Amino acid sequence: MSFSPELAEIRFGCGLSPVIAKPIDPDAVLQGLSGPDDMARRFPIDGFSTLATRAAEVAKLQRRKRNSDNKTEIRDKIKTYRREGKKEGAMWFAQSLQRWIHTEHGFRERLVAFWADHFTAFGKNPILRFATGPYVEEAIRPNISGSFANMLIATTTHPVMLHYLDQGGSIGPDSRAAKRSKKPKGLNENLARELLELHTLGVDGPYGQNDVRQLAELLTGLSFSNKAGFRFRMKFAEPGQETVLGKTYGNDPATLEPILQALRDLAVHPATARHVARKLAVHFVSDTPDPALVRHIAGRFIDTGGDLHAVNQALLEHPSSWGAQLGNVKPPADFIASAARALAPGTDRIATLDPRAIRLLFLGPLTMMGQPWQHPNGPDGWDETDAAWITPQGVSTRLRWALSVPQKLRPDLPDPGSFVTAALGPFAPRSVQAAARFAESRSDAIGLVLAAPAFQRR
Amino acid sequence: MTRKPTRRTFLTRSALIGCCAAASPLLTPLSFAAAPWDTRLVVIILRGGMDGLDVVQPWGAPEFAGLRGKADGPDEGAYDLDGFFFLHPGLAPLIPLWAKGDLGFVHAVATPYRDKRSHFDGQDLLEAGTPSLAGVRDGWLNRMLQSLPGIEGQTAFAIGNGEMKLLDGPAPVADWSPDANLEMTPQAVRLAEMVMQDDPAFHAALSEALMLSGDRRVLNASGPGKMAVPRRKRGQAHLKNAEFAARQLRGDARIASFSINGWDTHNRQDRALKGALTRLSDTIVSLQQRLEGEIWQKTAIVAMTEFGRTVRLNGTGGTDHGTGGAMVLAGGAIRGGRVLGDWPGLDEASLYARRDLMPTSDVRAPAAWIMRAMTGLDRQTLESAVFPGLQMGRDPGLML
Repeated sequence: MSFSPELAEIRFGCGLSPVIAKPIDPDAVLQGLSGPDDMARRFPIDGFSTLATRAAEVAKLQRRKRNSDNKTEIRDKIKTYRREGKKEGAMWFAQSLQRWIHTEHGFRERLVAFWADHFTAFGKNPILRFATGPYVEEAIRPNISGSFANMLIATTTHPVMLHYLDQGGSIGPDSRAAKRSKKPKGLNENLARELLELHTLGVDGPYGQNDVRQLAELLTGLSFSNKAGFRFRMKFAEPGQETVLGKTYGNDPATLEPILQALRDLAVHPATARHVARKLAVHFVSDTPDPALVRHIAGRFIDTGGDLHAVNQALLEHPSSWGAQLGNVKPPADFIASAARALAPGTDRIATLDPRAIRLLFLGPLTMMGQPWQHPNGPDGWDETDAAWITPQGVSTRLRWALSVPQKLRPDLPDPGSFVTAALGPFAPRSVQAAARFAESRSDAIGLVLAAPAFQRR
Repeated sequence: MTRKPTRRTFLTRSALIGCCAAASPLLTPLSFAAAPWDTRLVVIILRGGMDGLDVVQPWGAPEFAGLRGKADGPDEGAYDLDGFFFLHPGLAPLIPLWAKGDLGFVHAVATPYRDKRSHFDGQDLLEAGTPSLAGVRDGWLNRMLQSLPGIEGQTAFAIGNGEMKLLDGPAPVADWSPDANLEMTPQAVRLAEMVMQDDPAFHAALSEALMLSGDRRVLNASGPGKMAVPRRKRGQAHLKNAEFAARQLRGDARIASFSINGWDTHNRQDRALKGALTRLSDTIVSLQQRLEGEIWQKTAIVAMTEFGRTVRLNGTGGTDHGTGGAMVLAGGAIRGGRVLGDWPGLDEASLYARRDLMPTSDVRAPAAWIMRAMTGLDRQTLESAVFPGLQMGRDPGLML
């Protein structure tokens, strides 16, 4: 039950790398979050505005297509935009992979992934298919050690979230827009419900259907346009006051501020603290975490009003976070990225892969492993239970990936004996050392090391 | 937070079984208790929005020829089903099944989804089986399994690489894609088992993967170090899925579900639809051949889609997203030879939003009646738990 540099890299970082220094104590893990975000600068991912510009162009073309004689030409233009977006999405995957391979502060990448999943959002049409990258870059990444309220506000008002959970078109039943419209339009409860159930209080939290409905009315007006990004549309907003969890919000005429105040209140609610604490402990430590660890994190969350720096510290300082036995199974994306990190290909190797190769080597296999890149099944994100990933198809695909892809990343595959140490450090079981020795080829040896449960767990 | 586990959770259970089988996992096929019922259900999701009007063509409706620009009448090879409806030539291989009463259709059906006509939401709702998507975390076929006792890890299979949300949920379901077949040298298999032997969950999953891979798992031709990158193989996926489904349904499996894609025929539908229909008919014929005899007589195949398409052709010889569509029923257990459903007509006033076939019944109802006949589930459970908000209506007598 104590810190070790290797365990820190495996459990709270991106895995062991043969070329990158490990943190010397829990404080070093935490300090990594305070410095500049080198990886984001070195391997940039665009913001949402690029995508929004493209989406606006396509919308314009689609409108023009309806009354055009030259539909084929317009369709080809739309296809070109879609192809561009698809290429861009693959390149953004490569950038995240580079960050995992090269970072000295793996905890940052892990927290980004954790919160991106907590606040799951993705594009529901072909043009916005890869909108999650920009969303995470803007709403999640800058906020992982700030206040939880800031992250909640950033995600709730981001165009990708407003699009994903149908908030952008949610209209108060007595709003100006509803009165003018001939078509039936109205309230959409999707974001309000997930905000309470998933993002803040948790499904067992102290709220009822009436709170969902009231919050949905309060949230009306949160919207966006492709040109301007986030917009508060007063004419969508339900006039009057709403009561959520017993507190009354709202102005007449409606403004943005009461919505933000409701989010701030939800962000520091004790149920939110417990919900987030439990999720952190489950994600980083175990499917069945020590209740004392969850209490410790939740307590810090409550005491600091949701200061995530303090919450991260609470997670790292508790002895139950450092159980010596590797537990949680890495989800497919983390498995692949940590394998690439252990192989330590040069920066250029990944940078020179074209989108087709990225799809072949990574995105396709991820889908077959059950984790299509940034597209979980629903707003509740990826399953945290180990059993969700250790399926016949999952294990088979991981094994095949491990046996086939490393040689594409490192044509000069490392010596199997030293790779066992590089990838597993002190966690290398004798059976893996033996398998590396008896394999029929170097690529089989490397694959067996990566397929070993000792590598797949953390 | 207590979140419901997904269908993948069945491994926790099979992990325990795996422990006992670990002595010789390659030689010991894991055996599962049979489900408490004997009929087989295959649910095929036709993704992209199948144009029901072109598949089961209402030549008896005077407006049809004009709407579809077919002044010369039915295409060559279209088969007169009942004097009113004609079958698209692409389904011609299924005519013998129609003649035997092993093929039927339900026309003018839809999910409760209206107006937005998005594939994403339409498919989600079709698989959720609910009136709206708010707060839904599981699929209707999984909820049926949740309502029944005696469900084992391999009672139901979600097949293929795509997500099958209708089987998502806490009831145990097996997931497998024939593309996931392990093809390894015997030595690599032995070593993989060695590195996993001390981890029961991994070891059990590997043993099952080897078993599900069938006879092809040992790769001799290309030799060690020549493993191909795992990828979804193009073409013939539907036949591989059908073959795998049939193999499982001949054993203890009772439910299999997979998708057939390619129905989004916005352009040149005359060409585009043919390919998709060929895949559908090949799939059904393959299932029939592989389940031949006793099992086929107990099998019901239900093929459903997220929505139908516009009644009129668009400017590029295709059709756009619509509302009412058709579902396909096949199998020896089906009382076929009929086009069911309440036909709404194609005159302007009878259309939905003046553009789509008016849905006159809920696509969930036939599925509910089939499940009722298969498993004896009561109507109350079907209308509240499996398909909340559904009114099953009168028994259409879909099953023999």
